[in-house]
This record gives sequence, structure tokens and C-alpha cells, in this order.
Amino acid sequence: MRGTPRITRRQFVIGGAAVGGGLAVGLSIPFASAPADAAVTPAEITAWVVIKPDDTVVIRIARSEMGQGTLTGLAQLVAEELDCDWAKVTTEYPTPGQSVARKRAWGSFSTGGSRGIRESNEYVRKGGATAREMLVTAAANQWKVPASECVASASVITHTPSKRKTTYGKVAAAAAQLEPPKDVKLKDPKDWKIAGKPLKRLDTANKVNGKQIYGADLKLPGMLNATIKECPVFGGKVKSFDAAKVAGMKGVRRVMQVGDSAVAVVAETWWQAKSALDALPIEWDPGENVEVSSASIAEMLTKGLSAEQAFIGNQNGDVKAALAGAAKKVEAVYAYPFQNHAPMEPMNATARYTPEKCEVWVPTQDGESSFAAVLRASGLPPDKCEVYKINLGGGFGRRGAFQDYVVQAVRIAKEMPGTPVKLLWTREEDMRQGRFHPITQCKLVGAFDSNNELTGLHMRISGQSILTSVRPEALDNGKDPATFQGLNPKGEFTFGYDVPNLLIDHAMRNTHVPPGFWRGVNINQNAIYVECFMDELAEAAGQDALEFRRKLMGKSPKHLAVLNAVAEKAGWGKPAPQGIHRGLAQMMAFNSYVAACAEISVTDGTKVKVHRIICATDPGYAVNPAQIERQIAGSFVYGLSALFEQECTVKDGRIEQENFNTYDCMRIAQMPKVESIVMPSGGFWGGVGEPTICVAAPAVLNAFYRATGKRIRSVPLKNHGITLI
Amino acid sequence: MIRLSVNNKAYQVDADPNTPLLWAIREQIGLTGTKYGCGIAQCGACTVHVDGVATRSCVMPVSAVAGKKITTIEGLASGNTLHKVQKAWIEHDVPQCGYCQSGMIMAAAALLKQKAKPTDADIDAAITNICRCGTFQQVREAIHAAAKA
Repeated sequence: MRGTPRITRRQFVIGGAAVGGGLAVGLSIPFASAPADAAVTPAEITAWVVIKPDDTVVIRIARSEMGQGTLTGLAQLVAEELDCDWAKVTTEYPTPGQSVARKRAWGSFSTGGSRGIRESNEYVRKGGATAREMLVTAAANQWKVPASECVASASVITHTPSKRKTTYGKVAAAAAQLEPPKDVKLKDPKDWKIAGKPLKRLDTANKVNGKQIYGADLKLPGMLNATIKECPVFGGKVKSFDAAKVAGMKGVRRVMQVGDSAVAVVAETWWQAKSALDALPIEWDPGENVEVSSASIAEMLTKGLSAEQAFIGNQNGDVKAALAGAAKKVEAVYAYPFQNHAPMEPMNATARYTPEKCEVWVPTQDGESSFAAVLRASGLPPDKCEVYKINLGGGFGRRGAFQDYVVQAVRIAKEMPGTPVKLLWTREEDMRQGRFHPITQCKLVGAFDSNNELTGLHMRISGQSILTSVRPEALDNGKDPATFQGLNPKGEFTFGYDVPNLLIDHAMRNTHVPPGFWRGVNINQNAIYVECFMDELAEAAGQDALEFRRKLMGKSPKHLAVLNAVAEKAGWGKPAPQGIHRGLAQMMAFNSYVAACAEISVTDGTKVKVHRIICATDPGYAVNPAQIERQIAGSFVYGLSALFEQECTVKDGRIEQENFNTYDCMRIAQMPKVESIVMPSGGFWGGVGEPTICVAAPAVLNAFYRATGKRIRSVPLKNHGITLI
Repeated sequence: MIRLSVNNKAYQVDADPNTPLLWAIREQIGLTGTKYGCGIAQCGACTVHVDGVATRSCVMPVSAVAGKKITTIEGLASGNTLHKVQKAWIEHDVPQCGYCQSGMIMAAAALLKQKAKPTDADIDAAITNICRCGTFQQVREAIHAAAKA
């Protein structure tokens, strides 16, 4: 088939660069066709690779860039197989509408679960390798030589015997007409030259000069601005509002109810909309949840700790017998609160609706999820809907499965056909209307025999299930498998300890507060529960925390390898500097193995300085080690902010915290030195953005115990009078 | 009408006098590099320079800065030459999502103006911006590098 000209499907491919580039500044009319002149038209070689006559390589990225570096990493993987000149690489996002029209040519758009690179690496690499073969074949055809005599490197194709050369740009149009080869061989990662290297990000330049356009910055001709208040009690409704009170305020165009639970103001500027909404009298019908408080939720969870019924996540042996026959038992109860994602950019979406077309511009972790929300809210068929992905000011899980703000924006725009409306939430709305880190408690009981050997462990989790709320179709006979992240007998979240009699179970206790996928999802609390309790068990056994773990990790060599790596680098077992105390933690999550050793000092029993955290990760393959190091350090900022400062409390059915003054985040002064050991062992693909987040907190808590003799078992530490300095 | 000087350009802004400078910059003047993060001067994403001093523009009424010299992230470079902080930011690959970085860069540039060779303690005291991605390690490196430039 190779070398056979074929009827092109390429004409369908709009000038992707023109669309993407135009959108970035919010000027071009979407779907404006690229010039038809073949001499300047970019040629789509594969769905992932477009090459322009000037040799510019446009790599299509279906997953979203929200800071985690996925865009650069995916481009490295494509460029590696394409053998193109990295200096000529640019990127663009295909739209979900294009993807649907092309039978999902770009696969999943979902950017969560640390899956962006690991889940799509194979097919994007094939997209690059396929394009390379087509370009080489096109050159060979022009020279009338066998393709096997030609090699490609840095966007240049050379016919080895004659030393003739051409560039990708020159043969791109011809290559685009070729039938793609069926099977392409991918490189062995040990031969990588672009992937696997600590290259700089592709998206930095506009982030230092103010030119990067985020969803909140979007401007469209004739656009109005909106902001919204949803009933602060989840499940409540709008009772009434007095639009006349604000209708005359400057710039106000519309005051409207959105669905049955929200009220929005649309004005010429956002500040006018916000001022009017602040002044608007709204009465809520809070519904049945108005009595719920943090205390009532805690009480419900505590009952779950001793409930009869529970879903089993991991079990072997007979834990009841082991506990009954124990020479010694250790027991502890831990707790983890609701937390908000609080990305720096509040939720927003811009929509323009007419009966013929509904378009939405949105910073989203999942373009297809946004697209589905547009279909739902607009009532229009897929060919009349489109979503344009705009850069995200952080995501952390808030902007993936949940597209509540997209639905709101479309509903508002539907009331004003033809007028683009940008809906931007206030920080307060963002805090109140989160999709919160699930709340849980955990009771752990360990059994020892008379030789101080651990004979049994029962870990009972009581609390919220994310999937029951968000993706009920993913439940397994009522059980939420995601609850057991890091605790499973096998898979991407494998428990690293071999305990003779083990039971890990979950008494599901759901609340009216909606849970969500929050960076790390369920490993944040599970790592604290397991890893702090491991230290408690080690102490009860009179053993060193590392030695105690090692004895239980004989069947988990990769877990052990990262733990050993941090212990060795920290000098575990040797005396720490005066006043410094160390703590360890390890976990397997999102198919990566991670461990940390924290070094802290404590002043007056309450002021904690985290001096250094050594972190090791084995993600299988390291596509960009420099970005992995940044993800590790960044995950610690997110995780330590959560550990020390962050809790969303519930009063009268609503979240009490409304801004960063009551929901604080770590600053630079509190930042520990983070030393990363990136140790990819190959043979599997693990995630990067999330796994390491979970080991900082238990490592610090274990160090805090060594420093003070005080075991802290609930988050955040501010509730214990402990501060991070 | 309020007269504003932003990035050495004079503007007549038609806004309520209590409108925060942030929103006058973003909506009336149309420069969106300065970001909204909290609206209560907690996060620093809205940091601009007012007469050379780092200022959180989300709580500064536009009427209070009439006639003062305001610089936003868009005005930090001199023509096509980036400010040394911007250069260091690129060199150290600092931004992740980037949303807070305009404010972070403006805070860093103001610090270096005040103190050419800041210590770590100076950085800790002056840079109180929130970054949810957690770029602090690179921020610190880049400030020290810019100080040496």
C-alpha cells in the first residue's frame, strides 16, 4: 500500500493552526478555513502531526495543559518518533467537535488520574512514527529510490547512497497523500534523544509577559460578562430574588435565574456584574440539608468505623482470629477533611448560543466532558456544538468530570441568543461550590504475637465515596473501588505490605457535600492512615520505622526500592543534625512507586519548619525528568498546604470558608528544599502529577512525632495549634 | 472619567471611582496579564507596580491611583528587551500553569528594585504570593539568578 496515492481525507482538516492560534487571542472567527493554496497550507500527515512548508511541526495535543507539563511531554514523545527538529515544534489543541466528527481521531481528551502521558503514550508515539515513515516514503518516491535507503533526522531526510537531502516541509504535501503504514515500530526508550530529556517547557514565553490567555481573559466581539451565585446549601433552590433592586445599576443587562438553584447577573463588565450580584437580595430555599454540620457528619462517620456492613477492598487470612489471639494490639483512629481544589483561576466558561450553533470556550481538563455538557445544556445535536479549549489556570481535578460552570454558561447564553457571555465565578463562589476532597475517618487495629511480629491488620475506612456521586456506573456491586487507592492487592494502586492476616474495608457514608477528584484523589488520606500507623506499629514492636517496613515489603521490591532510595540519601539510621527529626512514607499510586523522607524541626512544640524532603519516584519511564522534579515539588506544596492549613467545614448545610483568608495556602517562606530522585525502572508507565503528593504529609507527621512525642491523627494541623513556618 | 497612567500610556477610564484598579486594567484598558485570584489581597495574582511599589490591585480603588505611574506585566519589558526577572523566569523554566506568575514576577521585580541582592529571608518576606502549582523552588532560584544578572 505504501507509495500508493490515495484519495485525500485531508481536505476536511481545517487550518488547525489558524483556528488554534486565532482562538488564543480570541480574534479569529472559529472554523475560518485556512487558505486553500497548497504551497502555504499546512499538511496533516497523521492526526497528531501537521507540517508546514516552512518546516514548522505542529503537534496536536488532545490532553490539557494545566501546568503539569503534559503538553511538552506529549510533544516530546511525538517528536521523538517523528525525528523532527525540536526547535521547530509548536503545538495545538484539536477540538472535541472535530474529534467527534472524525470518529475520535484523538482518543480521550481526559486529563486526570495522572493519565495524560501514560495512557496515550503508545498511540501518540505511533502517530509520530507513522508520520516519519510517510515523510521518508514521500522523499524516496520523489527521488525514485527505495525508502529503505533513506534516513530521517531533525526534520531532514537523507538518501544515504547519494547524500541527497530534503526537509519535512518540502515533502509534507506529498506525504499527506500517502496511505499510512499499518504497523510502525517504536523506538526503544534507551535510544530516545528528545523524550526522556530534561527539556524546557514549550509554553513558557507567554506566561512571563502577560500574553497567555486563560479562560478568564477571553474577549469576544460583543461579549457580555456574568457572575453567578448558586444556593450555598447543596441541594437547595432559589426561592426568590428582587431583580428590580439592581436592574438600574450601571452596565447591568440581565438578572436571571439559572436552573432552579442559581441566580446570575449579566453586565457590560464583570465588575459591574459582580457589584450588582452582591447587591441583589436573594432568598434561598435551602432544602433538607440545612441542618447538616461538620459535627453531624463526623458523628455519622464515627458510627461507620464500627458498622457491620462494609465493602472489602483487600483481604487475606483471618484478621478476626489474628486480633482475637493477639498478644498485643495497637489501635488508632485518623480523620481527613473536606478540601477545596482552589485553582488560582476561578471557574469560568464563555458561551455563545444560537439555535444553529452553540460554542463554548473553556479551560477544561476534559474537552469531551465539556462537549457533553454543551450538548446537554444547549439541547443541540453534536454537529451544532463546539468546545474550544483555553489555557487553564490550574485544574487539580476540579475542571475534569465536573462541568457545572459550562452548563451554567450555556443556560445564560441561551437566554441571550447571539451574544457571547463570559461567566466567571468569584473566588467565594469557587470556595462554596467546590467538588470537595472526600471526607473520611479510619480506624486501624494491628495485632502482634508474643515475638512482636505483626500478625494482623484491620483498616476500616468510613466515609465518602467519590464514584457513587460522580460516576455511579463505575461502582462494583455498590463498592467504590477508588476508595482503596494504594490499598489494593494488585493493579495501579497496590498495597506494599505483606501482612499475614489483613482486612481493609470501607463503610460507605455519603454526605450532601459533593465530592470530587482532588489531586491524588484517595491516596492523600490513605497514605496518612497507612504510613503513620506503620510508624505506630513499628514503635509498638520496638523496631526502627524503616526496618519494620522492610520486613513487610519482601514481595514488593519496587515499593521497597524507592523507600530505600530516600532512606539512603537522607542517611536514615545515622544521626540527624541537631534539632532535625526525620519521617518516612511510601506508596504506590497511579502506577508509580513513590517515597519520601522529611526532615523537620519543631519550635515550642507547635512551630514546624520542614527543612528538606527527599522524594523518590519510579514512574517506569521518565519523559521529562526536569518537569517530573517540578511536579514533585509542586505536589508537596499542594499536599503540605492541605496538611497544615486546609479544611472546608460545614455549618447550616453550607461550606464556611469563602476565600484564602480562611483557606490558606503555603507560601515561599514555608517551602522546604525538595530533592528528587527520579528512578524509572522501565517496563511500565506510571503517572507523575499526583502520586508523590501523598507521601509528604505522612513523612512530616512521622517526623513530628519523633520531634515531639505527639501523634497527630487528624488534618489539618492548624486545628491542633500547629503551624508551618 | 479617571486619568490613569499605565505602562507609560495615558488613559481616560470611565469607571465607578470604587472600581478596583485590577478591573479597570483588565476591562477598561484591556490588559489581561494582571489576574484576578481572590479579590481580597490575599493571593497576589493581581500585583502591579504603583510608582514602583508592588501593589495588590484588586483592593485598590481606581480613584486612589489617578495620576500615579502604574506598571503591569505587559509594561515590565523595555520594548523587546525582557526584564531580567522575565529572562530568569524563562531560563529557570519557572511557570507551571502560569496564572499566578504575572503577580509573582511583578513582586520579584519590585523586590529587586528595592534590594539588588536579596537574601533568602528577603525573598521570604517580600514574596507572599500564592502559587497552587507550587513553583516556589524555581521562583527562588530565578530571583537569585536575576539578582546576579
